[in-house]
Amino acid sequence: MTVPFYVSPQQVLNDRAEYARKGIARGRSILAVTVDEGILFVAENPMRSLHKIAEMYDRIAFAAVGRYNEFESLRVAGVRKADITGYSYSREDVTARGLAGAYAQTLGHIFTTEMKPMEVELLVAEVGADGDGDHVFRVTFDGQITDETGFVAIGGKADDLAERFGSSYEAQMGAPDALEAAVQALADQAERTIDAADLEVALLDRSAARRCFQRMAPEEITEMLGTDTVDPAAPAPDDGDTDTPETEDG
Amino acid sequence: MVHSELGGDKGWGLTSSFVTHLRREHPELVNNRFDPAIIRAGAAEDAPGAHGTTVLAMRFDSGVVMAGDRRATEGFTIASRGIEKVFPADSHSAVAIAGAAGPAVEMVRLFQVELEHYEKIEGRRLSLEGKANRLAEMIRQNLMAAMQLGLAVVPIFCGFDLSRETGRIFKYDLAGGRYEERDFHSTGSGGRDARSYIKGRWHEGMSEDDTVAIALEALFEASDEDAGTGGPDVLRRIYPNIAVIDADGYRVVPEDEVARIFDGVLDELRVRYGGAPQ
Repeated sequence: MTVPFYVSPQQVLNDRAEYARKGIARGRSILAVTVDEGILFVAENPMRSLHKIAEMYDRIAFAAVGRYNEFESLRVAGVRKADITGYSYSREDVTARGLAGAYAQTLGHIFTTEMKPMEVELLVAEVGADGDGDHVFRVTFDGQITDETGFVAIGGKADDLAERFGSSYEAQMGAPDALEAAVQALADQAERTIDAADLEVALLDRSAARRCFQRMAPEEITEMLGTDTVDPAAPAPDDGDTDTPETEDG
Repeated sequence: MVHSELGGDKGWGLTSSFVTHLRREHPELVNNRFDPAIIRAGAAEDAPGAHGTTVLAMRFDSGVVMAGDRRATEGFTIASRGIEKVFPADSHSAVAIAGAAGPAVEMVRLFQVELEHYEKIEGRRLSLEGKANRLAEMIRQNLMAAMQLGLAVVPIFCGFDLSRETGRIFKYDLAGGRYEERDFHSTGSGGRDARSYIKGRWHEGMSEDDTVAIALEALFEASDEDAGTGGPDVLRRIYPNIAVIDADGYRVVPEDEVARIFDGVLDELRVRYGGAPQ
């Protein structure tokens, strides 16, 4: 009869956390920024129909990095919870706080009880009538939940990206400026040109009457960005007709 | 909770349906129609709750018009002067209800969530055909309540079919049968009167304005013949609900506009029936 080796809980949890962190860091980042128009989400995602950013409820959006199959399950569960809450009570009773709390519970439970933690990190964002009413919750693979203000980056080298974006972030930014700064930060970090066609951009529009989530079409992204491509460390383009990419790589 | 999208032991199934999910995971939220208390209430009266309606839908050259009167009755009592019977189902479709008001309004609310839920889960809207079929299924599930309690729900569904680029109208029967009407339909206690009025006037390629006017005239005719259908309430300025659905989506005809058209109709009728001041 074999006696199982003793492994301290500390060690088990450290191993799981390291495993999850590695998985999440392999992927690409998402930036969420509070802007005048609402909350803007920017990610580099060449896949056109496998989204990382999605509508959850009237004023609430979901964004996730990590393993697609895992966060897709979480997204579907969240939409169900939101729709059931809204159907049973009232549409205004569905809050980002409630959904983020449910995600934290689920992820925390999986992290401590399952063999493999979920390799995901989530944002649940709710847009208010003005910037003060915005709520952006970040939920990590182990169920930790934080309330973010201003802007937040998740996935990939998130801290580095947040630092790069933070240098050009201002409290009262318009969506076009924020998009430009976000894509510039992505290009600088990746040290390569980013094609507008490879961006996934969505806005929680605070002026909308009911469903605030707007996924931006490729042509809308190009129009808002004012260019087709963004080069790393190049001066930010400020007019709308820079179709020819400047080759200042490096 | 997280893994249930595979439908557990029932396989993949209708994983994007809100109604299916509710039935499976939260039956207490959908199966209340067969509560013994409701059945007792049903036995006390032939038809409990508010009834009475005329709702109609008409196709025109670039979409559909849907309209409904505002009266609900309980027996010979007017239960409501301002009930709404025309609802947006989603951005490009609408549903108008006839029959027992309580279950009908509840069915519409569930149907609205069903369509939006599918759109969010799948990242695309259901086809108009798909929406019409889902509504048929929901009526079928109400069949027991309809037969036993007289709580029949018989809606009209219409919308703009973005792939065929035309307005389409679907009518239903109690058993959830779904039939497409090519040009127009009207249902409810005054439905027959409204239908005969429309039948003499509808023609292919009508403009939106003409269609709205005929819809309002038809509702007036129905209210003139049917006690369950409310006419224009000029005292309180309560006029029919009317919506237009075309390629740009669902929009409500503003109340002022409806009042203006209806006042015109009334002026003509005063002349016709000799009620106008000489």
